[in-house]
Formats: sequence, structure tokens, C-alpha cells
Amino acid sequence: MTMKGAEVLLHCLQEEEVEVIFGYPGGAVLPIYDALYASDIKHVLVRHEQGAAHAADGYARATGKVGVCLATSGPGATNLVTGIATAYMDSIPMVAFTGQVPTPLIGRDAFQEADITGITLPITKHNYLVQHSRDLARVVKEAFHLARTNRPGPVVVDLPRDIMAREVDPSEQQAEIGLKGYRVVRNCNMGQVLLAVNAIEKAERPVIYAGGGVIGSDASETLQELALKRDIPVTTTLMGVGCFPETHHLSLGMLGMHGTRYANYAVSESDLLIAVGVRFDDRVTGKISSFAPHARVIHIDIDAAEIGKNYGVDIPIVGNVKQVLEEIVIRLQPREGRCEWHHTIDRWKEQFPLVYPESYEDGRIPPQFVVEQIYQVTEGEAIITTEVGQNQMWAAQFYKYTRPRRFITSGGLGTMGFGLPAAIGARIGCPHLPVINIAGDGSIQMNIQELCTAVEQRLPVITCILNNHYLGMVRQWQQLFFNGRYSYTDMSQQPDFVKLAEAFGAVGIRVKKAEDVVPAIEEALTVTDRPVVIDFWVTREANVFPMVPPGESLYNMLGGDE
Amino acid sequence: MIMKHTLSVIVENHPGVLARVAGLFRRRGYNIDSLTVGRTENPAISRMTIVVEGDDVLIEQVTKQLHKLVEIMKIQDITDEPSVDRELVLVKVKADAQVRGEIMQIVEIFRARIVDIGPNSLIIEATGDENKINAIEDSLRPFGLLELVRTGKVAMVRGGR
Ligand SMILES: Cc1cc2nc3c(=O)[nH]c(=O)nc-3n(C[C@H](O)[C@H](O)[C@H](O)COP(=O)(O)OP(=O)(O)OC[C@H]3O[C@@H](n4cnc5c(N)ncnc54)[C@H](O)[C@@H]3O)c2cc1C
Ligand SMILES: Cc1ncc(C[n+]2csc(CCOP(=O)(O)OP(=O)(O)O)c2C)c(N)n1
Ligand SMILES: [Mg+2]
Repeated sequence: MTMKGAEVLLHCLQEEEVEVIFGYPGGAVLPIYDALYASDIKHVLVRHEQGAAHAADGYARATGKVGVCLATSGPGATNLVTGIATAYMDSIPMVAFTGQVPTPLIGRDAFQEADITGITLPITKHNYLVQHSRDLARVVKEAFHLARTNRPGPVVVDLPRDIMAREVDPSEQQAEIGLKGYRVVRNCNMGQVLLAVNAIEKAERPVIYAGGGVIGSDASETLQELALKRDIPVTTTLMGVGCFPETHHLSLGMLGMHGTRYANYAVSESDLLIAVGVRFDDRVTGKISSFAPHARVIHIDIDAAEIGKNYGVDIPIVGNVKQVLEEIVIRLQPREGRCEWHHTIDRWKEQFPLVYPESYEDGRIPPQFVVEQIYQVTEGEAIITTEVGQNQMWAAQFYKYTRPRRFITSGGLGTMGFGLPAAIGARIGCPHLPVINIAGDGSIQMNIQELCTAVEQRLPVITCILNNHYLGMVRQWQQLFFNGRYSYTDMSQQPDFVKLAEAFGAVGIRVKKAEDVVPAIEEALTVTDRPVVIDFWVTREANVFPMVPPGESLYNMLGGDE
Repeated sequence: MIMKHTLSVIVENHPGVLARVAGLFRRRGYNIDSLTVGRTENPAISRMTIVVEGDDVLIEQVTKQLHKLVEIMKIQDITDEPSVDRELVLVKVKADAQVRGEIMQIVEIFRARIVDIGPNSLIIEATGDENKINAIEDSLRPFGLLELVRTGKVAMVRGGR
């Protein structure tokens, strides 16, 4: 029996238990689309390939499974690039398939040829150009294996058209993973674990600094065990939001540039920082030389290259977060009860809570209030995706996340246009949860075409635009650091988002008064068969506080101290 | 302390491995002093010898980042290992009749070879460690170097397997 290359490909995807592909067709992938026509694998037709990449990414973040996207050669493949880079920076498991011109034409500047493996070299964990039919099954298997193991990340597989169209003998396919130089990390150094246990038992002012690695390795419960066993306060990065319940008294919320005052103070005063699945990003550390100045630092990370990359640590442990934490927790003597450290932190929490002005001069709705109401109405149970900018920071600060994989945001690359397609992917992965994209008026215009995808798929994803008629985050920096010179950040010229939503076949709602906020959210949540856009006209010049000015030490924050 | 390190890197012999390594150095701003690559006794495997300058922290990062490239199988910093390292140089030097004798003496001293004779020039081939090659280069310079090409270093640890 023979099969076409494209059929072998789809067969391999089924072996990997792929449920859904986000894609967009074109000449070079016609053979694959022909095979999809008769396949059980669900295909979601996006309206721009960038949307396909972000949707696959959102699906992966919400479910923990590998997200899959597909695009044609040339412009299709290059349109994926921003989405691939977004997934790479946040270590998200994804496999992106791209069409390529037929093998005899490669290198001749053929129609719609782009060297996508060359282009994506620095933004993929690994990538492949399949040059022989016999490699197909092995490459697909390796791609998924690489995407999901160790530090996850995107893998690109470039598929020349002739290899997809040609008949191949399935018995020639090797399905063994090669990868001689790649080992899945299974152990950790027990000596280091014991050092960590000892340091934790001796510490008087410990803080856990937890990040995306905790979510990626599904270690939230183990992390909670560690915190509760020794009553250790926990702060998370933006990427770690939700890995520890923010409603718990040990939670310090987020740290970093827009973290809470009490989280940043706690880290700065701590004598032991337990860094778990984090990468000491500059948005977190502020001025690196004065980060956690009094602390010994334990750093648990599966990627040895992260250890010491930005910050010298005292007790490095290379390993899987979940496994390392388990080894630590079983060896720890429990210690409960409150001590001086907890009282200090309580005082900071009382003195410097996350707050915002009840009203602003322009009389428009405070954006933070909108986020709080979204939290209240959804009872903290929604999946929140975000765009980038002030909207993203307020979504992190004013919604209380209690579970992992409920806050989906582009942290490392900060990609405007991420939120809507990511929400589509998340909703497809988790069809029983409300999915809300907290958006900015600038960002939403970057991938608004995906509303059409959501309409076609009958997905009730809700986009809440915090419409300040500004590129607000950039405007904030101009106000604070460039003498208020608002150079090209005014977004007053914008479409009527309500009419635009309706034109796409979605529901559009406009809210200009605080008392209409809750009813609008409630109304949106009753819609079950199409997307909703709520255009909240919020205060134009609200700022995100607290804020660590660029280059400053973490404990020198602006705002949030009234 | 900033010094030159010699990394012996065993890689799968796939097309594109060199681009990945070079890309990594470029992207992260590491400076390659020299890089050689060729296949080993096993045709599926190649060996790169990379000379890179930096302090210990940088070399550690370089090594760890290289390790993340999926096709890299093994990395050894052989700077402090007892090892043999060699480089090859080809030099085209100006040589009219008057100075030929002198040049040939230098060739003799360094156990180099003359591999081509032109009307006004010679091509000299020499192998040796970096110091020797530097010395040959310096000795020939006064005659006028028309062209010079060095291969960069290859190295192997002594004894053992
Ligand atoms: C406008 C804007 C403002 C921002 N402000 C802030 C801010 O105030 N505070 C903040 O925190 N961030 C902020 N960010 C995000 C910031 O840029 C980084 O994306 C984020 O801090 C990185 O989070 P992380 O350290 O958890 O690392 P991630 O990028 O999530 O990396 C995860 C780490 O865990 C490791 N890992 C992965 N899987 C495992 C495993 N199984 N076992 C062990 N280790 C594993 C990885 O190797 C990696 O080192 C902001 C972003 C934007 C766009
Ligand atoms: C693709 C892309 N282009 C530019 C930026 C730089 N940038 C970061 S935040 C921001 C403003 C976003 O404006 P808006 O979506 O209205 O959000 P707001 O800050 O007003 O909530 C810009 C332009 C970016 N992060 N991504
Ligand atoms: Mg805005």
C-alpha cells in the first residue's frame, strides 16, 4: 500500500494526538489541504497566519498540549514569524508546519520561496527542512518530542511540496527518534537538593519567586505544598501568574516593574530567595546589581544555561521543577505559624495595597475598575488573555488568579495583537470556560480580523477593550520620562469598534459609564454562539503603578504609595 | 580572567549545523577567534574546533548555550588539557632572485615547504601550533606578503581513548 506524503504527515499528527490545526492554505500546501479534506483532524481557518501561530500558542498555554499551526510557503511562512518568536520567548510548546517550494526549486528564488528555516533559526528550539520522504515520520516525531520536553519551545518543520504530493511507501518510514545529542532531564543533583533544604530550614525571611516554569511543568500543587509546609510567602512573575492562588494570605502577587510594592520589598529584604522556573528577566530584577541584595538564592531551572545567565546564584539545581520541588518538600521539616517576617509583610500589605483613584479628572471609567468587575462577575473562573501595554498590566494586577493556565499573555516578546487569536485557541482547548481577552484599543487593531474566525467557529470569546484612545503604555513613558511629549501615541482616530464587531458578525457593546460596566459583562457572558466586543471608554491618562523606573532598583518604585 | 579557550565540539554531520553554531555566536555577541569543522572517523559525525575569547562566566555561557543546539553531542573545553593543536598556513611571499635564498633558509628553519614557485613569488606551506605560525608570518612579512591564509586551529587531546 502506498500513501501520499501529506497523508503520512496527517497520520503522524494523529499519533501525536493532535486535535486541531490552526492554518491558512496556499499553493505549496495544497497537497496537505487535500489530505485534510478527508481527515478527522479539526482545522481552524484563520484570517491571517499570525493569528494561526498565536491561536496555536493560546491553545498550548491553556491546555498544556502542543499547539499546531500550518501555513504556506513564502509570505504564509513569514507571517508566522512573530507568532513563533512570541512562543519562543515564553517557552511554549508548538509545532509550526510550513509549505516549501518543491525540492528541485529550492535555492532558485522560486515563486513564494522563503528560507524559513534560516529565518527562524534564532527563534525556534530547533527546525527542520524535510529533504527526503523517508525522513518524514521521524522528523514529525522529533519535532513534537522537542517541543514538549525539557524547556519547551516552538519547532518549525518546512515541507517541500513535492514531498507532500509524492507517493511514499509507509514501510520505508522510520519512526525512531534520532536526536543523539538531546537528553530529557530526568534527575537532579541530590547534593544540591539537600543544600536547598538546609538553606530553607535556616532562612528567617524566605520568599518564593515562581515563574512560567512552574506552569509549564504542571507543578503548581507541589509549589503550594512547599509554601504551606514552611509558611513561605510567594511572588510570581507575569508568566507565573496563577501558579499560586492570589487569594491566599501567603500570596504577594506579581513582582517586578509593575509588581506590588510588598512583593518588591519582600524580595529586596529577603534572606533567601527560592527562584523556581524563572529567568531573572530585566523587567523583574530592575537594576540587577541591587536585586535581592541580602538573599542567598536557590535557582531551580531545567535549562542549565539559565543558571548564572543574568544573575549569580548560590544554590543552582538543574532539573524539572516538579521533580525537584517534590524532592525538597519530602525532606523539609514543617514549620507553621507566623513570625516577624510575616508581620513585616502584613504591614507592607496594609500600607501599600494595590489601589487606584476612584475617579479621574476626565470623568471616564477607571480601567482598573473594569478589570475588577470582570473578576467579580466571572468569580475568578475565566481564562483571561491579554494584549500588550497598560491593559495587560491591569489585567495582571486587578484580576485575582487562583489557578495555572488561566492567565495567558505575551511576556517575553510583548506582542501586540496576541490576545484575540490566543483567546480563540484557548477557547477551542477549553470549551467549557469563559474566555475573555482584555485588550487595548491599539493592540486590538493588530489582529482584529480574527473576529471573523471566531464568528465562523461560533466561539463566544469576549474582547474587553480598555479604550483610552492612546497607545497608553508608550504614552505613560512619554509622560514620565520624555517631558510629556506625546509623540505619535494618540489613537483618537479609530474605528467604531461596536459597528466593526457587528460588521464581522459579532456582538458589539459600548460602555461609557461605570454603572454600565457590570451589566455589559453579564450580557456578554450570556452570548453562547458568537464573539462579543465590549468597548469600554476608560480614563485616557491613567498610569500603571507601582512602577520601577527603567534602570532603577526594585525597591525604588513610583506610585502606589498613597 | 579573559583568555582564549579551545572548545572541541562533536556535532551530528547535518547540513546547517555550522549555520546554527555561527548564528548562536552572532546572536549572543560571542566572538569567534577561529572555527574549523570537518568530519571525523565516523562520517555521521563532525568535529568543530572553536577558539573563543572570554572570562570563565562567558565561556560557561557559551558552552551551555551550545549544548542547547540539538545537533551538538559533546563539548569539551580542552584549553587546559594536554593536547596537540595545529594550524596550517599558506603564504604567497614576494621573492625575486636576490632574496630567494634567504627565504628558503627561513622555510628550512620552520620545517615549512615551498609548494609553488612563480616568477616573482613563492607559496609556502607550514603547519604547527599557533605560536609557530605567528613566528613564520612575522619572519616572512619583511619580504612582502602578497597573500596569506590560515586554516584556524584543530586540536586533539593526548593519550586516553
Ligand atoms: C509591558 C510588559 C511589562 C512587563 N512587566 C513585568 C513585570 O512587572 N513583572 C514580571 O514579572 N514580568 C513582566 N513582564 C514579563 C517579562 O518580560 C518576562 O516575560 C517575565 O518576567 C518572564 O517570566 P519568568 O521569569 O517566569 O520566565 P519564563 O519566560 O516563563 O521562563 C520560564 C523559565 O522556566 C524554565 N522552565 C521551563 N520549564 C521548566 C521545567 N519543567 N522545569 C524547570 N524549569 C523550567 C525555563 O528554562 C525558563 O528559564 C512584562 C512584559 C511586558 C510586555
Ligand atoms: C507589535 C508591537 N508593536 C509595538 C509595541 C510597543 N508597544 C508596547 S505597549 C504599546 C501600546 C499599546 O497600546 P494599546 O493596545 O492601546 O494598550 P494600552 O497601553 O493603551 O492599554 C506599544 C505600541 C509592541 N509591544 N508590539
Ligand atoms: Mg490604548
